[in-house]
Amino acid sequence: MLVSLNWLQEYIDVSRYSPEELAEIITKTGIEVESVEPVAEEVTGVVVGYVRSCEQHPNADKLNLCQVDVGEETLQIVCGAPNVAEGQKVAVATPGAVLPGNFKIKKTKLRGEESNGMICSLQELGVDEKDVPKEYVDGIFVFPEDVEVGANAVSLLNLDDLIIELGLTPNRSDALSMAGVAYEVAAAIDGTYELADENVQTSEEKAADHVSVVVEDSEANPYYGAFIIKDVQVGPSPLWMRNRLTAAGIRPINNVVDITNYVLMEYGQPLHAFDYDRFGSNTIVTRRAKDGEKITTLDDQERTLKSDHLVITNGEIAHAIAGVMGGAESEVQEDTKTIILEAAYFHPSVVREASKDHGLRSESSTRFEKGVDPNRVERAGKRACELLAKYAGGTVLEGVVSHDELDRSEKQVTVNTSTINDRLGTEISNEDIADIFRRLQFNYDQNGDEFQVSVPTRRGDITIFEDMLEEVARIYGYDNLPYTLPQGASQAGGLTLEQLVKRKVKAYFEGAGLHETITYSLTHKDKAQMLVSPEVKEKSLSPVALAMPMSEDHGTLRLSMVPELLESLSYNVARKQENLAFYEVGTVFISEEEKVTKQPQEMLRASGALTGEWLSHPWQQEKKTVDFFVAKGILEGLSELLDLPFTYEKTKLDYMHPGRTATVSVHGEVIGFVGQVHPKLQKQLGLKETYVFDVNLEALIEEYKKEEKFQTIPRHPSVSRDIALVVDESVPAGSIEKTIAEAGSPLVKDVQVFDLYQGEHLDEGKKSLAFRLLYLDPLRTLKDQEVEEAHNAILEAVKNQHQAELRG
Amino acid sequence: MKERLEELKQEALAKVDQADSVQGLKDVKVEYLGKKGPITEVLRGMGKLSKEERPVIGQLANDVRESIAQAIETKQTALEDAELEKQLEEESIDVTLPARPVKVGGPHLLTSIVEEIEDLFIGMGFEIKEGPEVETDYYNFEALNLPKGHPARDMQDSFYVTEELLMRTHTSPVQARTMGAKDGSEPVKMICPGKVYRRDTDDATHSHQFTQIEGLLVDKNVRMSDLKGVLNAFAKQMFGADREIRLRPSFFPFTEPSVEMDISCKVCGGKGCSVCKGTGWIEILGGGMVHPNVLEMAGYDPKEYSGFAFGMGPERIAMLKYGVDDIRHFYTNDVRFLEQYHKA
Repeated sequence: MLVSLNWLQEYIDVSRYSPEELAEIITKTGIEVESVEPVAEEVTGVVVGYVRSCEQHPNADKLNLCQVDVGEETLQIVCGAPNVAEGQKVAVATPGAVLPGNFKIKKTKLRGEESNGMICSLQELGVDEKDVPKEYVDGIFVFPEDVEVGANAVSLLNLDDLIIELGLTPNRSDALSMAGVAYEVAAAIDGTYELADENVQTSEEKAADHVSVVVEDSEANPYYGAFIIKDVQVGPSPLWMRNRLTAAGIRPINNVVDITNYVLMEYGQPLHAFDYDRFGSNTIVTRRAKDGEKITTLDDQERTLKSDHLVITNGEIAHAIAGVMGGAESEVQEDTKTIILEAAYFHPSVVREASKDHGLRSESSTRFEKGVDPNRVERAGKRACELLAKYAGGTVLEGVVSHDELDRSEKQVTVNTSTINDRLGTEISNEDIADIFRRLQFNYDQNGDEFQVSVPTRRGDITIFEDMLEEVARIYGYDNLPYTLPQGASQAGGLTLEQLVKRKVKAYFEGAGLHETITYSLTHKDKAQMLVSPEVKEKSLSPVALAMPMSEDHGTLRLSMVPELLESLSYNVARKQENLAFYEVGTVFISEEEKVTKQPQEMLRASGALTGEWLSHPWQQEKKTVDFFVAKGILEGLSELLDLPFTYEKTKLDYMHPGRTATVSVHGEVIGFVGQVHPKLQKQLGLKETYVFDVNLEALIEEYKKEEKFQTIPRHPSVSRDIALVVDESVPAGSIEKTIAEAGSPLVKDVQVFDLYQGEHLDEGKKSLAFRLLYLDPLRTLKDQEVEEAHNAILEAVKNQHQAELRG
Repeated sequence: MKERLEELKQEALAKVDQADSVQGLKDVKVEYLGKKGPITEVLRGMGKLSKEERPVIGQLANDVRESIAQAIETKQTALEDAELEKQLEEESIDVTLPARPVKVGGPHLLTSIVEEIEDLFIGMGFEIKEGPEVETDYYNFEALNLPKGHPARDMQDSFYVTEELLMRTHTSPVQARTMGAKDGSEPVKMICPGKVYRRDTDDATHSHQFTQIEGLLVDKNVRMSDLKGVLNAFAKQMFGADREIRLRPSFFPFTEPSVEMDISCKVCGGKGCSVCKGTGWIEILGGGMVHPNVLEMAGYDPKEYSGFAFGMGPERIAMLKYGVDDIRHFYTNDVRFLEQYHKA
């Protein structure tokens, strides 16, 4: 809402405050002032001038030589505007004047002729082109005849005004009018304001003899009032009105339209004027539209209606979409003589539907959508009649023809002082509360501590105690509330075990050298299904997609964070940041339905992506690029952190390197994967060798919670034995390790691969793997013979299961 | 013999003193204390001595031996130390050469902010609650006093999945869920951080995904002044004790009365500058007293229970606190951005 300070000042005296102070007060009492801006840059030295004569410039076709009377003197001015003419009253920048952009006007010569000033267009005076009336866009501005020659053009054009922009919350639609703002400001500064009575002179002729009103859906349209104004002369509206409309952000059109818009701004009540002679009947019927019914609106768009929409018809054809926009056919035009002026109350939801369906948000629809003041509907009509009579030469016929089932009663809300104080933590007295209601102009009945308050209909947002509590609090001043701390029983706040472990895991990744990233959950439908861990893929029956995405790129919920992590790597590599290690902890969205109807499972996972150098220490000749075992190492660290053994099994996954990818399992359950991104995808993303991992963090935390944490530290010595085994190169080290651990159980506590060899002295297709085994019994010292027996059992087992030979 | 021993002692000690290497010292040791050495020889000649002289000379010979051995040992230690010193001197390195790098990652700036806020409220006895990002229309809107068709739903155009499911537009549904789980009789004191989603085109100040932290306290006799006290404590800890706070009226469907909280502008100290758009204040969060409809829907009797709620955006806080100029930085994961805020 744009509020002209000059206009407001006419309603309520705010002159004792600077504009900044006033803005601060309004903001603190309830409506945020977003800005206070002058309507135009400062302009000085511009006066009204009378063009005594206007002749063609002797040396230039497109220039005119004008003699302009500016009161004290007559100036010769060369003017290039196409519309300048003798007898006009125009804005003249006299020598010494300063126009926007610090443009100083000096006496000069143009093509040999003296020019002692400049006749100005509105744009030259700093008016935004969109606010300039159409007829003056390409030329100078012409004042109405009644202005005084020599008068200050800046104030006549309202260029010295300030505009206060209010950021209205949806509940404060009462401030969508100058009257509403004036009531609010009056409460805020404890001033006085009341919307003045309308003063309409009517003829004896009755409106009811010319029109009748039929409302078919009274719930959607509880009030419809039609006024008839005859002998209207369509023309420009008075300058002050045009100025005010411009200040409010509305472009002046003609007196009839301007008056309806002016009253809209003044009262907050949208009105509509139909050309009586173009209406096509003398019966106004408001009804629900028929599905598929058509109307061409004022903006020359043909629109198709639905039965949810309300239309104003002549009994047959629709002439307006109620509250949204009028029809082109009955539009007021230059030759319009008689008008039907509509003042109506349309139900907010009806207008909202139509405005949404047609993508039309007008000054009118925004007000109807929020609910207009029922007590101002008819008054606004009268006010418009008053102005039409005055500024459009119209004759107002007697009476308003109406359908009226409108509830104009005031809501009653009861409050009492002690409850108010209990809720606010204050000690406000009865007298102070009574004073607050007086400032708000709310009538009340007081009974000791209790106030029965009648809420004016302009404040439709107040319906319950808490609403009234806010009114009291804001006028009392939020600043004046004390600072207290809650008095209830205190609880020990803190993190849950899950939250703690999550933080611990994140800290681990960071300590391990990974940067935390946050990527979008909504991704492209193709990416949403890429690089998904096998156990997730198995569960997910359909991707969770938005019904109406804004873009394909963010249309589907991810099943894996890996694709977006790769995207982040790619983004950085493209910017020459090539050594990267990222992780993300976040949720993926799994629906186990063919068609999503229920909330998907949101699974907390941890993913990582690494590329480039992992270690670079050139002067000591150390360098390591990221490889599978770096990525696996990070997972192994996690395994150690959570004290959960991870096992790895080679696997093939789409978009992953077929020979360098493994599933990750805990206690036999697959919980994720690790490996190299498929070189084709790497290339596509501009990445060098890139490794990723993705594990179900939620499952890990669950397992972690189950594990018993502390084991007694062994007091007896352990025995370590090494074995080197020769096996086929296809046998995974992990499976031999598993066999050793099983066969050596319970004495073997740890098995580590410490060497891998292939080549000389070994047969083709064979490899040698060396393991270090740790034997231990926590309760006693082991005997050599026991170790020997266990060792032999292990050799037997690996021979049987893997054809492993002891390397000689 | 006595003189001979004294002489040998002096001779040996002088040689010990002169020895300048471990080997040289060893030679001295062999020469004087060895089996073929002069002292042994002296002792061998003891047979010639009288019964009375024998123990005296024996004692003396032992003393001489002892003295020499002692001197050798002392000298040995000194020589070894000197040699080690020399060796260590040779091992000297250039300590200014670059180190073998240890990779250090770090948290995302948003995580740092969220955890800082979490820890502040944990300190005030709040617990942390989480909830689903794909929410039901009921919890996201209806339970928060936003029935279907409510105009305020326009404020947050949403991403729907089905007619009943949507990407949550705020973390408030976690409040509704937490309250709903309490049977309308227990107090609630929680904050809920999380990702939220709105139908916005991504630009410097809008993001279709962003972070929110909301707080809720429901109990008997909760006052609006308590909200003011808690938010004041929070703001001073988060932004600095010298910052002023200001509450002003606002509107949210789920609170009544509603507030917006501003803090005094750090850049200009409240005088007005471009950061605070000349007002001297910067909007930091919204909140209010829980709307009775919300309490009622969650099973609380609004006559007996009251509460306050508030919500804020960590992105905005990060932008204000660290001068981040574009919200998209939080989601593009430029490593140069990520690295900057590890100490945040």
